[in-house]
Amino acid sequence: MLQDLLAGHPVAETQRGWPRVNVDAATWQAIGTQLHAGRLDLLAEWGDEGAVHCALYEPESRCVRLASIAVEAGQVPSLAQFHRPALRLERALADLYGHELAGLPDRRPWLDHGTWPLVAPLAAASGVRESAAPAYRFLDAEGPGLHQIPVGPVHAGIIEPGHFRFTVCGETVVRLEQRLGYVHRGIERLLRGSGIEAGARLIARVSGDSTVACSYAFARAVELALGCNPPPRAQWLRAVMAELERIANHLGDIGAICNDASFSMMHAECGILREETLRAAATAFGHRLMMDTVVPGGTAVDLGDGGRQAIQALLQRLRRQFPELIELYANTDSLQDRVVGTGVTAPALVAEFAPGGFIGRAAGRAFDAREALAYAPYDVLPVRVALRQAGDVDARVGIRIDEVRNSIDWLGAALRQLPDGPHRLPLAPPAMDRVEATAMVEGFRGDLLVHVRLDRALRIERCHLRDPSWFQWPLLEAAIEGNIVADFPLCNKSFNCSYSGHDL
Amino acid sequence: MRRRLFRNLVSAAVTEPLAAESPESIGTELRGIIGRTLGRSVAIRQVDAGSCNGCELEIHALNSAYYDLERFGIRFVASPRHADLLLVTGPVTHNMREALVRTLAATPTPRWVVAAGDCAAGCGVFAGSYACAGAVSAVIPVDLVIRGCPPPPVELLRGLVALLGRPGERRSR
Ligand code: SF4
Repeated sequence: MLQDLLAGHPVAETQRGWPRVNVDAATWQAIGTQLHAGRLDLLAEWGDEGAVHCALYEPESRCVRLASIAVEAGQVPSLAQFHRPALRLERALADLYGHELAGLPDRRPWLDHGTWPLVAPLAAASGVRESAAPAYRFLDAEGPGLHQIPVGPVHAGIIEPGHFRFTVCGETVVRLEQRLGYVHRGIERLLRGSGIEAGARLIARVSGDSTVACSYAFARAVELALGCNPPPRAQWLRAVMAELERIANHLGDIGAICNDASFSMMHAECGILREETLRAAATAFGHRLMMDTVVPGGTAVDLGDGGRQAIQALLQRLRRQFPELIELYANTDSLQDRVVGTGVTAPALVAEFAPGGFIGRAAGRAFDAREALAYAPYDVLPVRVALRQAGDVDARVGIRIDEVRNSIDWLGAALRQLPDGPHRLPLAPPAMDRVEATAMVEGFRGDLLVHVRLDRALRIERCHLRDPSWFQWPLLEAAIEGNIVADFPLCNKSFNCSYSGHDL
Repeated sequence: MRRRLFRNLVSAAVTEPLAAESPESIGTELRGIIGRTLGRSVAIRQVDAGSCNGCELEIHALNSAYYDLERFGIRFVASPRHADLLLVTGPVTHNMREALVRTLAATPTPRWVVAAGDCAAGCGVFAGSYACAGAVSAVIPVDLVIRGCPPPPVELLRGLVALLGRPGERRSR
């Protein structure tokens, strides 16, 4: 169906991998209708000079396609008027490019808080800000007995900044409205015109907890665009790093969620295992978070014998310790009382927003880029996809537990079949004036998408990264409704969306 | 659970033993300084002013059993009004600038400001962005810089010693 929808439109010749099709306004709106009907999932939507692009996924055929529409008279039709998950993406791209999205249901700025010296900073004709921005208007919430609790951007813990506006009735949350963008660092503009190496360093710093996943997606997109095949050893090493990152983050999350339910023992125990994972990563790859280790062309470092032994020792320790912690989690009634039935994501919203990662998979959405798109080396050594149905805090913890287990098994098998050979290849400039490609990778939080366009001198013309959090944050707003305020930290932690990845 | 608690009681702690450069030796020194100048405790308020969250992960690690920061009298607090020290990360984004300035204003004196991480120290890879106001010192006065991307937990501890051990660092500040 997706292919039929886009048939007959010109395919962009610069694009490698998944085709990108230039469509007209009627087809763009037809895409909106199909998204609304639930036959397609929106993977991303981003701005460009004179155009807007979107990436689409058809679950039935597991087909990915990109569509682009030219901006005419400063305008493109909004997809958000058909499909709500596009709303924040379009508000953001309007902030960054100044394009007008005709029919956009909410025109408030999103990333632009009125503090930048520029307006439309990504547009070629970005202007100097002259007048102060009007104050941000939160949605109205009126009724007898309602009051509001503003929280943030500086939160009460060691967390990233964002603002939450709660409207409550007694103890019950009636509405949560998020305001994000506080950690917007202008990464997409910094990427523009930079070389691949400098670009990779920026991408590795989009969201520190997903540094491997971001670098991995960027490397794959660049390689695809240049037609460069990374050496087999590099493909495996990257996945080894990605799984270590997944384990470390899941362990941190499981502990922190339990801690927010005042069960600090799990927090302490998971913290120990997390620290050991980071230390194994440092021994194996030279950096605790494995920052800058995945680069276009392969990996920056190779895995030596000492590193391999460190990972094997870690796996052994996890195999022994982790099951005990799971038992502790499952058998502690006071903890179960807090997590079961709390912060449920409604099935209709999960279908609509198509959230990736543990948020989708805890609510019956069986999408895992490692399996659905089967990129190397997961095509050779598949990973088991965890799936639960309840959509509550407990299910989101459960998915993490399953995934730690699966990653332990996967890593064990991967280390046994790690191919020898080089771990990095030099990149050759393209034969054409410009080339582009799109890649997706499953980070610990969910699927990440990177689109990159390079010129002949291997400089980045445009690079867009879509963090999984874009489709997860809105569900948190919905999941907390009807819960008590005191359960918000628990819900929030079980989502663990990225602020920096979202704000970019 | 009881079984596990019991085993933890009788088994050795994972918290690292005293060794020349280990966290504990650094921390012991820190503890002495804290005892002398700060009435045995330091309350830290962490502020993310635009970080990629990598720095936060390592600051979190200070609380894990391996480093166990609290044994040295250092703890993280929820409000700047309870804090002796602001631990600031990230390049300061324009969107966070006002929040950072207000957080400092809410912190009682005497107080310290520590800029942790290469971004906080000098804007890192984000230098020159339209969205960043610059390093932390471009926005509020900074007493100490701890470099690293991110600084590992041991470096964070070492940095705190360097600051609190400076001659003349007294409550009178
Ligand atoms: S110093 Fe490094 S880890 Fe810390 S916020 Fe900056 S980029 Fe992230």
